Amino acid sequence: MKIGAPRETFEGEARVAMTPDSALQLQKLGHQCFVQSGAGAAAGFSDALYAAAGVTVVPTAADLLDAVDIVAKVRPPSEAEAGMLKKGQTLISFFYPAQNKALLEACKDRGATVIAMDMVPRISRAQKMDALSSMANIAGYRAVIEAGNNFGRFFTGQVTAAGKVPPAKVLVVGAGVAGLAAIGTATSLGAIVHAFDVRPEVAEQIESMGASFVFLEFEEAQDGAATGGYAAPSSPEFREKQLAKFRELAPEMDIVITTALIPGRDAPKLWLADMVAMMKPGSVIVDLAAERGGNCDLTVPDQRIVSDNGVIVIGYTDFPSRMAAQASTLYSTNVRHMMADLTPAKDGVVNHNMEDDVIRGATVTHEGAITFPPPPPKVQAIAAAKPREKVKEPTPEEKRAAERAAFRAQTRSQVTLLTLGGALILLAGLYAPASFMSHFIVFVLAVFVGFQVIWNVSHSLHTPLMAITNAISSIIILGALMQIGSGSFLVILLAALSVFMAGINIFGGFMVTRRMLAMFQKS
Amino acid sequence: MDHGFTTAAYVVAAVLFILSLGGLSGQESAKRAVWYGIFGMALAVAATLYGPGFGLWWLSVALIAGGGAIGWVVAQRVQMTEMPQLVAAMHSLVGLAAVFIGFNAHIEAANVAAMDEAARAAVEGFAAVLAHKTPVELSILRVELFLGVFIGAVTFTGSVIAFGKLAGKVDGKARKLPGGHVLNAGAAIGSILLLLVYLNGGGMWALLLMTLLAFFIGYHLIMGIGGADMPVVVSMLNSYSGWAAAAIGFSLSNDLLIVVGALVGSSGAILSYIMCKAMNRSFISVILGGFGNTTGPAMEIAGEQIAIDAEGVAAALNDADSVIIIPGYGMAVAQAQQSVSELTRKLRAKGKNVRFAIHPVAGRLPGHMNVLLAEAKVPYDIVLEMDEINEDFPETDVAIVIGSNDIVNPAAQEDPNSPIAGMPVLECWKAKQVFVSKRGQGTGYSGIENPLFYKENTRMFYGDAKKSLDSLLPMIE
Repeated sequence: MKIGAPRETFEGEARVAMTPDSALQLQKLGHQCFVQSGAGAAAGFSDALYAAAGVTVVPTAADLLDAVDIVAKVRPPSEAEAGMLKKGQTLISFFYPAQNKALLEACKDRGATVIAMDMVPRISRAQKMDALSSMANIAGYRAVIEAGNNFGRFFTGQVTAAGKVPPAKVLVVGAGVAGLAAIGTATSLGAIVHAFDVRPEVAEQIESMGASFVFLEFEEAQDGAATGGYAAPSSPEFREKQLAKFRELAPEMDIVITTALIPGRDAPKLWLADMVAMMKPGSVIVDLAAERGGNCDLTVPDQRIVSDNGVIVIGYTDFPSRMAAQASTLYSTNVRHMMADLTPAKDGVVNHNMEDDVIRGATVTHEGAITFPPPPPKVQAIAAAKPREKVKEPTPEEKRAAERAAFRAQTRSQVTLLTLGGALILLAGLYAPASFMSHFIVFVLAVFVGFQVIWNVSHSLHTPLMAITNAISSIIILGALMQIGSGSFLVILLAALSVFMAGINIFGGFMVTRRMLAMFQKS
Repeated sequence: MDHGFTTAAYVVAAVLFILSLGGLSGQESAKRAVWYGIFGMALAVAATLYGPGFGLWWLSVALIAGGGAIGWVVAQRVQMTEMPQLVAAMHSLVGLAAVFIGFNAHIEAANVAAMDEAARAAVEGFAAVLAHKTPVELSILRVELFLGVFIGAVTFTGSVIAFGKLAGKVDGKARKLPGGHVLNAGAAIGSILLLLVYLNGGGMWALLLMTLLAFFIGYHLIMGIGGADMPVVVSMLNSYSGWAAAAIGFSLSNDLLIVVGALVGSSGAILSYIMCKAMNRSFISVILGGFGNTTGPAMEIAGEQIAIDAEGVAAALNDADSVIIIPGYGMAVAQAQQSVSELTRKLRAKGKNVRFAIHPVAGRLPGHMNVLLAEAKVPYDIVLEMDEINEDFPETDVAIVIGSNDIVNPAAQEDPNSPIAGMPVLECWKAKQVFVSKRGQGTGYSGIENPLFYKENTRMFYGDAKKSLDSLLPMIE
């Protein structure tokens, strides 16, 4: 198959869907690669580099679309581009089918197959094609860099000869991929980072990145597993609680990075005008949700504005594009992995398997029909979180009652045992002669002492204990010693054998025990 | 014959023995405790030779010296990994000695009974004790020596089989003759019948026949217990040898024998109990052999075992801050404790927090792993018990499982149908990464599939534990 990447027509878009590196990999899958002249220029990939990688460079987009079977793009196609698609041609790009219904219709009418990179389901197998995540990762990083660029102070706290610099305080709202990337970048720059998310299960991830989780006391927690790992809209009560928390935090924060997005909806307004007003002059808000309306009231998409009280609000929507080389490398790798799944035989023949969860999920038009929205994937994205059992903290009274009950039970069992044992001994005493009873008492006491003593032996010494009890059990030699001197030859022989065996045991047992114990040593 | 002196010496010896067992509560006091035991034994033997055992004392001394020399040499030569076998083998000696002494007591009793009044007054030593017994006391004596011989015989064959299993000379799998427990029960009932016959003047043949039955019980009982339960078996046999000594003590009217026998018997019983509790098994089911019945099919295990090479393990170890090592019987088999110790030393030298997690039933003897690690000079304060360390796994970067299987099997917690369901296990899978050093893909001693090996954060480090670790060592820098 022939696969080609045109130059992005969206204004300011610097990314490209195919890099020389990814082209080499695609050729290994048996595909021929094409690129429009100048497509990679903004990302730092010259035509010469493409040509060196064996890519055919064609002058115009029209030529390219004419020549190839598969078109790889970054942004959704413009109307003009969609109009150039041919029947049976495949388009791979971000598409946002829920928002771009008209475009979807247009592509369907042209008979083209569209694979939307933003619709790749969130399952482990598809992570290598998850372009949203790879772009979000860049956006999160870049958001911090932009914030730092506009923020007039250090991130890290310093005590210098010229005075003390307090560390910057950063709040990250929404701990998706972008949020986590932002947390990681900000903490590594030395800032104190707080992070908030509606999904309590991400608290662990937030803390693992080095930020502290802003905990919200609320009953109905969301289970992220039900929505494929994305956040879902929250109830009005929850929202009120959340905003109250933000108001509390707003005066302290130097930098706020908002990344809250809900799939298929406008971005929720979380950072209201009054919160901006509470912030210190010179603070920076970076709104990563600007493209979808923004999380902040003041956000103007694609612009940097300054509020009345001197707070800078950044609403750029092209963070990945601002790091075009990196973004292109990652995106083209995502596309390349998608192609690898589409050509399982590596023979350059596309097998558009609609049974495959990943391919089915990402395909939005196919063979003249709209295939969006896809059925739920057969594999659950994330294992459903097990409901956590609440361990009730016992009150002091309950504790005391439990202790008393345990004490009583213990007393009862001990008294029962003692009574039983005592009765048995008394019973034996009724029938057995006194000489037997005197030995019997010794026996019972010895058993008792043995029980008391052994409970305290530490676990690691159980083997030496066994060895020493083994050595001590050769006390049976006494019996043999007493018999050896008296009676017949047979008695002497058996007793002698016993003495001999017990002798082995005494020396062997103690020797072994000593060897073992001599090895235990402190560090 | 100064019996007062002998009794006094016995009291001192008994106290020394108690102190000796009690001293094992701590590593440092344990070193002192052995000397208490040695002096107690020396005192007991010397007092007996001086007192009631005076006859033929030169023969006794010569035999003790001869046997002692053999014991000394064997104990010096034996490898630390062969300790379980040695202990089992020594138990068999005590068991056999108890049988012989019981026989002797019977023969003596018969001799004394045949004497007339004048001759009775003239006999010395043990026979003199017998001579002064009333008929009731004599029948009690018969019960006692019968019991002593029975327990001694079970201990003897049981220990021999346990030795064979531990030394790998007998197949470690649980084996039963057709009829199973019925055979054991039959033999036990037969023994009781023989006891009645014996009490009613049955004579030597009843005693001999019972001994054969007891030999069979000991053999069959231990054959029916799988290799994984051997720690319990060894400590149980230890307990038996104590009870045998106590029973013989009764028949010989020797208080020191009774006291020490009871001490050993109860300590062995408690050890067995502690271990059964650690495995969440009832004592009865261990003794009767085999695992309890399961109630349904075992959980399906999804995923695959992913192998890793030494470089991968070394890289992870170099990056890790905290490491927990979980040794098992495989470490003992491969004699890998020195390599483990060296690895520990290197990692600790780099400032990493290295600790050992020891499951109560790891290995083939209680505390087996502690002894091996101690031999390899791993400091004992970084060797922790299961309860001390289990909570720390989630904060641990790397857990290394060396030759253990069932004690790290998550099925015990996750699968109610697993044969080991409910057994406390080391939760090593909660660590960020788990490496399992294992010879091959087979199941462990108990034959249970281990889902740990299929977990996402588990990597299998195949190969002989010692060779694997030795290949790892140069890469830790």
